[in-house]
Amino acid sequence: MGKIWRISGPVIIAEDMRGSQVYEVVEIGDERLNGEIIGLEQDKAVIQVYEDTVGLTVGEKVTRTGEILMAELGPGLVGNIYDGVQRSLVTMKDEVGDFLHRGVRTHALDREKKWRFMPGVKAGTRVEGGDIIGTVQETGLIEHRIMVPPGMSGVIDSIEEGDYTVEETVAMLESNGKTRPLTLMQRWPARKPRPYKRRFDPVDLLVTGTRIIDYLFPLALGGKAAIPGGFGTGKTVNLQQMARWSQTQLNIYVGCGERGNEMADVLHSFKELKDPGSGRYLQEKEIFIANTSNMPVVAREISIFIGITMAEYYRDMGYDILLVADSTSRWAEAMREIGARLEETPGEEGFPTYLGSRLSAFYERSGKVECLGSPDRVGSATVIGAVSPPGADFSEPVTQNTLRIVDALYSLDVALANRRHFPTINWLQSYSKYADSVDTWWEKVSPDYTEVRNQALITLQKEAELEEIVRLVGPEALPENDKLLLLISRMIREDFLMQSAYHPVDTYSDPKRSHLMLSIIMKFNDFARGMAETGMMVSEISASRIKQRISRMKDVPDNEIDQYIDSIRQDMAGGAASLEQGGV
Amino acid sequence: MDSMQLFTRQTKAISTARRSLLIIESIPGIQFSEIVDVELGTGEVRSGQVIEVGKGTTVVQVFGGVSEVDLLDSKVRYKGETLKLPLSPDILGRIFDGSGKPIDGGPPIISQKYQDINGVPANPASRMPPAEFIETGISAIDGLNVLVRGQKLPIFSGSGLPHNKIAAQIIRQASLKGKSDDFAIVFGAIGVSYDDAAYFINNLEETGALSRAVGFINTASSPVIERLSTPRLALTAAEYLAWEMDMHVLVILTDITNYADALRELAAMRGEIPSRRGYPGYMYTDLASLYERAGRISGREGSVTILPILTMPDDDITHPIPDLTGYITEGQIVLSRPLDRKRIYPPIDVFLSLSRMMKEGIGEGKTREDHNNVFMQSYAMYAEGNYLREITTVIGSEALTDRDKVYLEAADRFERDFIAQAEHSRRTVEDTLSVAWDIFSMLPEEDLKLINEKYIKKYLPEPSKSE
Ligand SMILES: Nc1ncnc2c1ncn2[C@@H]1O[C@H](COP(=O)(O)OP(=O)(O)OP(=O)(O)O)[C@@H](O)[C@H]1O
Ligand SMILES: [Mg+2]
Repeated sequence: MGKIWRISGPVIIAEDMRGSQVYEVVEIGDERLNGEIIGLEQDKAVIQVYEDTVGLTVGEKVTRTGEILMAELGPGLVGNIYDGVQRSLVTMKDEVGDFLHRGVRTHALDREKKWRFMPGVKAGTRVEGGDIIGTVQETGLIEHRIMVPPGMSGVIDSIEEGDYTVEETVAMLESNGKTRPLTLMQRWPARKPRPYKRRFDPVDLLVTGTRIIDYLFPLALGGKAAIPGGFGTGKTVNLQQMARWSQTQLNIYVGCGERGNEMADVLHSFKELKDPGSGRYLQEKEIFIANTSNMPVVAREISIFIGITMAEYYRDMGYDILLVADSTSRWAEAMREIGARLEETPGEEGFPTYLGSRLSAFYERSGKVECLGSPDRVGSATVIGAVSPPGADFSEPVTQNTLRIVDALYSLDVALANRRHFPTINWLQSYSKYADSVDTWWEKVSPDYTEVRNQALITLQKEAELEEIVRLVGPEALPENDKLLLLISRMIREDFLMQSAYHPVDTYSDPKRSHLMLSIIMKFNDFARGMAETGMMVSEISASRIKQRISRMKDVPDNEIDQYIDSIRQDMAGGAASLEQGGV
Repeated sequence: MDSMQLFTRQTKAISTARRSLLIIESIPGIQFSEIVDVELGTGEVRSGQVIEVGKGTTVVQVFGGVSEVDLLDSKVRYKGETLKLPLSPDILGRIFDGSGKPIDGGPPIISQKYQDINGVPANPASRMPPAEFIETGISAIDGLNVLVRGQKLPIFSGSGLPHNKIAAQIIRQASLKGKSDDFAIVFGAIGVSYDDAAYFINNLEETGALSRAVGFINTASSPVIERLSTPRLALTAAEYLAWEMDMHVLVILTDITNYADALRELAAMRGEIPSRRGYPGYMYTDLASLYERAGRISGREGSVTILPILTMPDDDITHPIPDLTGYITEGQIVLSRPLDRKRIYPPIDVFLSLSRMMKEGIGEGKTREDHNNVFMQSYAMYAEGNYLREITTVIGSEALTDRDKVYLEAADRFERDFIAQAEHSRRTVEDTLSVAWDIFSMLPEEDLKLINEKYIKKYLPEPSKSE
């Protein structure tokens, strides 16, 4: 057992620690505060402490646990709310009340609760790491597949249906004459990626329900993306929208160094909102990690790894998982703070020199994989991280290091936020490298996807080029064809890209709906061009009823949208007559 | 035992005194972060704090600096605790300094209950999303940037702009609404002038709100370290009133810029590596440890609402102080110098201001059914008028259509009649909404696209009235 030798903020140094290992978990003082060894020198260990160190004294005991920091994995994770070191905040609320006093210990998974286990293999079956031996219905939406932990193998000696706690033996595994119990729960070192058979390229669209993402800058299952933006540009709302509506089996929401009220809002709304596909409460497909900005800073660092470990675990069952992290900047700041206490030579803006590698250690754990074990299955973990650049200046280290890693960028724009154009994803600066690989997916929805998308992007690009001129001479001085271009680009922006998270219908737009909406605007473009050639003024076209009907399409519910768009199409087929008849 | 304790908890073994730091030979039992008294040879006592403690040496930061500390005669006494505030219902109506001592001539607060001023974080799972409307009586806030109980909403101001007036108006008017017996004001003045502090206290006295208020005043001439403890004292009092006395507490903290500068000064004296513009890298977390004390807790009656005021250096919203604040608070009220020059009071910039909790606090049963529609239409109308103003400065007004002219006029009226109001006028939310409807009646009715037809029928004034 060691003793505290020095205390400096969240970092302590302990002596008499010979034999310990880096990343080993320790318990500090009588309150048994949790800490993790981050460096060793002779008999001294540098420890980052996951709780407030105020009041600790030199000489207090430091106890080694012999273990590195593990995530608990098993039924009971879904619907739960954890702090950064995976203590259940629900349990803490029940046991210690509304405030987070330090030194409280809880298990991540309830030790009392019984789960109905249905075996999937028989005694005598030879199994290895990753094999599914049975299932537990974790929530109405999640069938929890119980897997042999990676690295273990042998013959199932006994296995039985029944009600079990996470610690009780559901099966015995025999290998080399030794039998070992299998339980519903396994533990995995949070900082270490879980193994899989092989990786696939991400080619299937992850449907988020946000039009500008799905249509213009699509994200693929197993992909990695970043969403940087100044304060109030919509990072949180966007991530919440994705965690709500994404067509994935399970979502993990990591609130890292952000607001308590926001977490409260997420927690309450997910209890009330229903999953569009199944009609069941969203809470049944969600895990929350809430490590707000006023909770201990050091725990921010590990919370992201706890989250991604859970994502990999469910991925290994053969599911598609989305993890959103809000905000990776607060996570990086935690590393900076610890680094400063260690008197390491800092890198740019005081961040540790390993900022980039730590960021990739997180993002690189995304991916679409063939899972370990049988039956054969494919799972994916998609990762989206918010970045909060100081002063909305993207040249800062966290944004820059992140951009080197991710394959899709949703760049949020303060100017758009001030204009209340939401989502504020800037269409000129954002990109997705998945656009080319998911077009096959899209073309199944509609063969002209690529063409419509390109047309829209080109129109927006041309609008940006015209803007300079407009500022100088005003829009009225432009020739008619440029005015038309501005009309169409404005329609793309307002009637397609703008999408309120709070609109009852428009909050979620499925791919088919998105396609109908953009393609009718591009059809209108062709139609208007034809009208303009016959000498009609753009101002007249703009005031037409057809145009107004297009502006209303966001309000049209999903079950009426086909018909609505169809009738606009028919009106346009009527040519100029239809315009006049509609009335200006 | 006690005197023994005192004896062993005192040392003269100071080996180094540099900048604001003392390096001292360690004695057993020193607690990280505990408060110390440093007694100089002259008998003067300064307070300090343990910022690092090791087996061999302890580092103490002396608030007020190390001038006149000598290595032979100066003593360091360890107090064995962090800064605490005594709490009882008697704190209402009282004024304290930045160390928690009464400065209003009244008796000290006697209580068994001493609370660490750093507070304890609320469990996110225990929080309730804020949703109850606070009527401030100011149209630009109640109509467009609604404040709700449990929210933290700062005022981003600039030097010379009337943020104090606005804050005082909010204090006066917000406390009038609802059951006055469960409402309290906590006021934390950080590094402000005597005049500013006196202005607030007089304002509270005049409106009779002082008996429901608690003040913590750190003036520009009082110790810098107390700029850091002042808001924490205020929030500790606020939490006590909210969570234990079931009160709805509005906390005004001014000026956060002085707070941040004190943080920077003390960090620099410790020789820390600075981040942007010299402010410490942990300033986000530090500010969050204040602002995050706002909220509601399920199962408890009270609430803590925080209205921090800060002056943006150079009117620059990307400066670290407003920037990091904006990253923590739930929106911001931004004051505009151009509006102030036009003599619009309150000069609230509608485009840069936003209350992120607004939608939870408005609508039927809370304010009025048409509130959200009116908000969106006002914003769109004002934005269009403003855009046309900019255009006309470039291309002149000849090119404007009749419709354009209506919008220009509407934007002017919006500033004159809606945003602007007298310092002592308190508009109900109904008043606020009807001012907006009056202006809408200038526009062609088919332009009111963002408003449900039901509401147009119900609330739009007859054209005859407006013409
Ligand atoms: N898709 C959207 N639809 C409607 N409103 C939105 C949308 N996105 C953002 N907003 C508005 O913008 C406000 C700020 O958004 P959000 O809280 O997501 O910003 P943020 O980028 O997370 O800011 P911070 O960095 O300060 O956390 C929201 O409260 C909401 O009013
Ligand atoms: Mg956010």
